[in-house]
Amino acid sequence: MPEYSPLTFRVPEPPVRPGGEPDFSKFDVPKAGTVRRPEVDSDPDDMKDLATSLIRVLNRNAEAVGPWAGDIDTDLLLHGLRSMMRTRSFDERMMTLQRQGKTSFYMKCTGEEAIAVGQQLALLPGDMNFPTYRQQGLLICQDYPIVDMICQILSNERDPLHGRQLPVLYSAREYGFFTISGNLGTQYIHAVGWAMASAIKGDTKIATGWIGDGSTAENDFHAALVNASVYQPPVVLNIVNNQWAISSYQGIAGGDLATFAERALGYGIPSLRVDGNDFIAVHQVSKWAIERARRNLGPTLIEWVTYRVAPHSTSDDPSKYRPREESAAWPLGDPILRLKNHLIQRGLWSEERHKQAEAEFDEEMRLTAKEAERYGVMGEGASDRDIFEDVYKDMPPHLSKQRQELGV
Amino acid sequence: MAQMSMIEAIRSAMDVMLGRDENVVVFGEDVGYFGGVFRCTAGLQEKYGPTRVFDSPINESGIVGAGIGMAAYGLRPCVEVQFADYIYPAYDQIVSEAARLRYRSAGQFTASMTIRSPCGGGIFGGQTHSQSPEALFTHVSGLKTIVPSTPYDAKGLLISAIEDDDPVVFLEPKRLYNGPFDGHPDRPAQSWAGHPQGDVPEDHYTVPIGKARLVRDGFDATIVTYGTMCFVAEAAVSETGIDAEIIDLRTLLPLDIDTIANSVRKTGRCMILHEATRTSGFGAELSAQIQEECFYNLEAPIVRVTGWDTPYPHAQEWQYFPGPERVGRELTNLMEAAS
Repeated sequence: MPEYSPLTFRVPEPPVRPGGEPDFSKFDVPKAGTVRRPEVDSDPDDMKDLATSLIRVLNRNAEAVGPWAGDIDTDLLLHGLRSMMRTRSFDERMMTLQRQGKTSFYMKCTGEEAIAVGQQLALLPGDMNFPTYRQQGLLICQDYPIVDMICQILSNERDPLHGRQLPVLYSAREYGFFTISGNLGTQYIHAVGWAMASAIKGDTKIATGWIGDGSTAENDFHAALVNASVYQPPVVLNIVNNQWAISSYQGIAGGDLATFAERALGYGIPSLRVDGNDFIAVHQVSKWAIERARRNLGPTLIEWVTYRVAPHSTSDDPSKYRPREESAAWPLGDPILRLKNHLIQRGLWSEERHKQAEAEFDEEMRLTAKEAERYGVMGEGASDRDIFEDVYKDMPPHLSKQRQELGV
Repeated sequence: MAQMSMIEAIRSAMDVMLGRDENVVVFGEDVGYFGGVFRCTAGLQEKYGPTRVFDSPINESGIVGAGIGMAAYGLRPCVEVQFADYIYPAYDQIVSEAARLRYRSAGQFTASMTIRSPCGGGIFGGQTHSQSPEALFTHVSGLKTIVPSTPYDAKGLLISAIEDDDPVVFLEPKRLYNGPFDGHPDRPAQSWAGHPQGDVPEDHYTVPIGKARLVRDGFDATIVTYGTMCFVAEAAVSETGIDAEIIDLRTLLPLDIDTIANSVRKTGRCMILHEATRTSGFGAELSAQIQEECFYNLEAPIVRVTGWDTPYPHAQEWQYFPGPERVGRELTNLMEAAS
């Protein structure tokens, strides 16, 4: 008789599938204000608990509480709220354009707006983000021209990227926004390399890397962490854990046995797990990590816990792989609603102003989309000559020949 | 003029560029304190300090990926991948990132970087220290691919590569590091000392990217080759007495098709010779372009002499390596082929 019973093979499954009741009973939500805030120059060895806790500032009564609450400028909070609202209005308008057949593809960041906006507002001009496709808030909160974003999405004659890139894969060097790759995770090591360069040159600028929970499984995630660990460059490494990688829940990326934040501990990198739907927590933790980077204290990893309310893109239907009601049951709520309630509670905002602002931003996006459409929709106006430009700095003979072959 | 081996010439190129341009940085596995497993970076860390020349973790996608981030910042990284056989983990970073930054960002970001890597066989390196993966890079738009065959060209081309504003894959035939190699492993190793191509200026100079070199003038046939095979071709020509013209491509992409076509139009017969495996190898591209340009001048079918379509074997290296005997035999056949 064999000594062992047959082995079994594990394939993780989310707690619930379509047709079932949403279940976040295993998701532990600690009270706001309960996680400690170490000094930025504390020994990374003494911060390991921050990778398994959940930093939260805004409590159920919309008050900012605890050591991470700090003091944030009122204008910044209002700008943060408006930027998140504009991001959501923008997303809705772009979905409409896609449904109207004016663009091929779109990706919303609904429910995740606080993360990009909250962090960008803690950065300085000259710093460089290496984003994924769900950080449109980085541009919107810097008042990047919305019309240029839409022209990119429409691939029209005013598209800053000349029709070459899939919609939403923006590039905006002047706004500290690295060209987005459709290959997942590749940009994480670029952020580390850019930060290494800043340190090599004795600069004061820092880089931020962005990645999703699913893409932490990519080799480049580990390339980034080992290089960040070895060279200690000024970089903030963000993981946006929105629970879903297209149809794969975070357990398929290994997120159900350990937190994503914990991965950094093996590399000796301070790591924090944070409520990503809490604008104040996002901003304050970002400031803390950015301060570490700028004071030459090295990299910090932050796992932003959030929920992808939107589909992955216009090409999938989430109700095929998760309960339709799951986003409404998400225990960390809506980042816009939470900051709105906080500001109302402090007398800095009101329901009426909120409604007005919503209408204003919807109108802004409607009019800007109209303006952008004047330059063409769905690839209209993109020049065929641009197929051959920018492959190299100077066009080599074989490409000139091929361009002539196309007759452009 | 100094006498240099190819190793010394490559080191001198990096030395010159580190000295001239503060944005040049050199890194890779074992390249810092130790100076590289082939010694190509020996002494550079001592001279320029560990922030300019340093060791990297054993992580090729990280070496190239970090280099891309640095280039996006404005540096000019010259990175080493210890063997071309180890470059595959970095392939996504090279193909999808380095080669594409300029295009997809409409010129906002560029990857002005050089990826150096020793390639080729003839050193009993087995399948993980002998490969010639150049066709994997010439197939990628946005990259330039260089394979030097002499110390003089290696230095001049490497300086051109580092100064180039586009990403360059720079493959160094490791069998040529210490001397030319005619493909006869049983004969004493030759040295670059006394070889005219071992005379290398100590200062800055460039060899242009995209220009082939005429190794030998001839009338009977054209041998289009690069890297170690340039010397094997010379040996085969001398052993058969066939008066073949030998062209060393030096740069595979952009390809100097004019020099090749002019020669083939003159000779009417063409052999393509490379160490890399045959199917979909760079020779396939050469063959296609040569027949497009020279079909009506050809007196015989174009012949390819290459490594076999197998992994690179260890003990059977000299049956795998396209040596002067095989090249000579094929050259004779080419001359006998009916027009």
